[in-house]
Amino acid sequence: MGGILDLYWSMARTAVLAQFQYRVANYFYMIGMIAEPLIYLVVWSSVAVAQGGMVGGYTPGTFAAYYIVWTLVRNMNIVITPYAWEWRIKQGELSAALLRPVHLLHTDIAYFAGWKFVVILLWFPLAALLALIFRPTLNPSLLEVGVFALAIWGAFLIRMLLLWLMGMVTFWTTRVSALYELYFAVELILSGRLVPMSLLPDWARNLAGWLPFQWTFGFPIEALVGQLPPEQLLGGLLIQLLWIGLGLLLVQLVWRVGIRRYGAVGG
Amino acid sequence: MSASAIQVTDLRKVYTVPEREAGLQAALRSLIRPRVREVQAVAGVSFQIAPGEIVGFLGPNGAGKTTTLKMLAGLLHPTSGEARVLGYVPHRRERAFLSQMTLVMGNRNQLQWDLPAADSFELQRAIYRIPPAEFRATRDAFIELMEVGSLISKPVRNLSLGERMKMEIIGALLHRPGLLFLDEPTIGLDVTMQRRIRNFIASYNQRYGATVMLTSHYMADVEALCRRVIVIHHGRVLYDGPLSGLVDRFATYRQISLSLSEPADLSAYGEVVANAGTRVTLRVPKAEISLLSARLLAEQSIADLTIEEPPIDDVIERVFATE
Repeated sequence: MGGILDLYWSMARTAVLAQFQYRVANYFYMIGMIAEPLIYLVVWSSVAVAQGGMVGGYTPGTFAAYYIVWTLVRNMNIVITPYAWEWRIKQGELSAALLRPVHLLHTDIAYFAGWKFVVILLWFPLAALLALIFRPTLNPSLLEVGVFALAIWGAFLIRMLLLWLMGMVTFWTTRVSALYELYFAVELILSGRLVPMSLLPDWARNLAGWLPFQWTFGFPIEALVGQLPPEQLLGGLLIQLLWIGLGLLLVQLVWRVGIRRYGAVGG
Repeated sequence: MSASAIQVTDLRKVYTVPEREAGLQAALRSLIRPRVREVQAVAGVSFQIAPGEIVGFLGPNGAGKTTTLKMLAGLLHPTSGEARVLGYVPHRRERAFLSQMTLVMGNRNQLQWDLPAADSFELQRAIYRIPPAEFRATRDAFIELMEVGSLISKPVRNLSLGERMKMEIIGALLHRPGLLFLDEPTIGLDVTMQRRIRNFIASYNQRYGATVMLTSHYMADVEALCRRVIVIHHGRVLYDGPLSGLVDRFATYRQISLSLSEPADLSAYGEVVANAGTRVTLRVPKAEISLLSARLLAEQSIADLTIEEPPIDDVIERVFATE
């Protein structure tokens, strides 16, 4: 156990050191990312105002809170993409990783987790600036803050496992990007990224209930801003855990089959 | 564990590759009836390597060297045949196996690009669970051997190719593997750097008794390090034995280097491979060497005559060209 903790610590430390080298690039990337939620925020705030100050339970103030928290959740959600899988196969990096006596999933999770600490640190001043401009309505309880703190890491792990599953398709084809585009479109609509889950039509909400996407986006945000009752907050964490368990199981299965097909073509 | 460090029996790797002709019509046809072709990258190789041996694994591009190394390192599943490496079946990629071996490929960057190599070494310590005291001792010894003490704190991106390669090799050996697969470790490096890396590999082998399997297109690497070579071509073992035996077996000619008192046309005696006025090199059939030497001494005004074995890379080039 000590060995794996040491590995996570060392890998995360490496990520922090490497990402601090790119602190300016990281910041510009984060600022560029703000355009998307700001558009959603402006549109939905206008709709709320036009409908007498509220739509789907959201006021302009709670929309501001939703989309400001969105910026952190989105950054927590950035994990290894199928593009990166294609790249690391072509560069021979996957082969190098497979020679190590540690599962690649550990090193990926540890590296990105380390990166997230840099992201969170950089996010605070940005969030403060957005809060000054858009005046969010946000009065979370201690429980909500605690659940949110756990849920953003749950979201990170679920999305990591989902994109790992998709990345492993590269064992069968080196062109997985098209599949990722499709995934991205479904995720955009059914995760709470484009619009809070409560504003989706019933059929879409029902469909989303069977899929993991809302647990990577909508749930962590609503845990902080949505005034969810305690049973929904804790139940949400439990469902995140179930998706993590299922994701780990599927990753293990696909990895076992996929690795036999790996051609070690890169490098 | 078996007595051999590496034991390979009839190892094969067949790739199935899609195939189609050029043009739109062929592209459409391949949508309906895709055609595939089987390519035998390794066509049944067998050999054994004893613990502590350094063996050169030679062959032209596409001979199956890297595919064999990748199977032995556990990166590829063989199509058939058997490989036992340090007593393990490589493709099962057991932790104990991976902890005892390393595969270094030339021009491969496993170090963190933006960080000093020292940080990557620290990561290697955690990955291979090296006890801290052992890690420090090994790292410091390797840094001294490679003479890179002043570079250890520089970001890897600021190092030259040769400096980076030295760091790569140090990083790959920090866990003191008992088995090294080295695939073109000196590729692209200048002769000084090549020599330093060769010396490092030799002293690592002596110090830790490690088994080394080396591929290189630089015969200087092979001549300096390997007493035994395995030559592979078209996925099959063509020769397995001492390096000196390779010349005896495949070199059907010898070279005669001559210093003449005055320039002369010697093309009647053999193939002139170099001619610099009074210094001429001839390539002559091995069987005729005595006769031709005697004729040259009798018929020409010669200041010096030396009979030499042909350069090893010349021999290898001819083997691959004729097979």
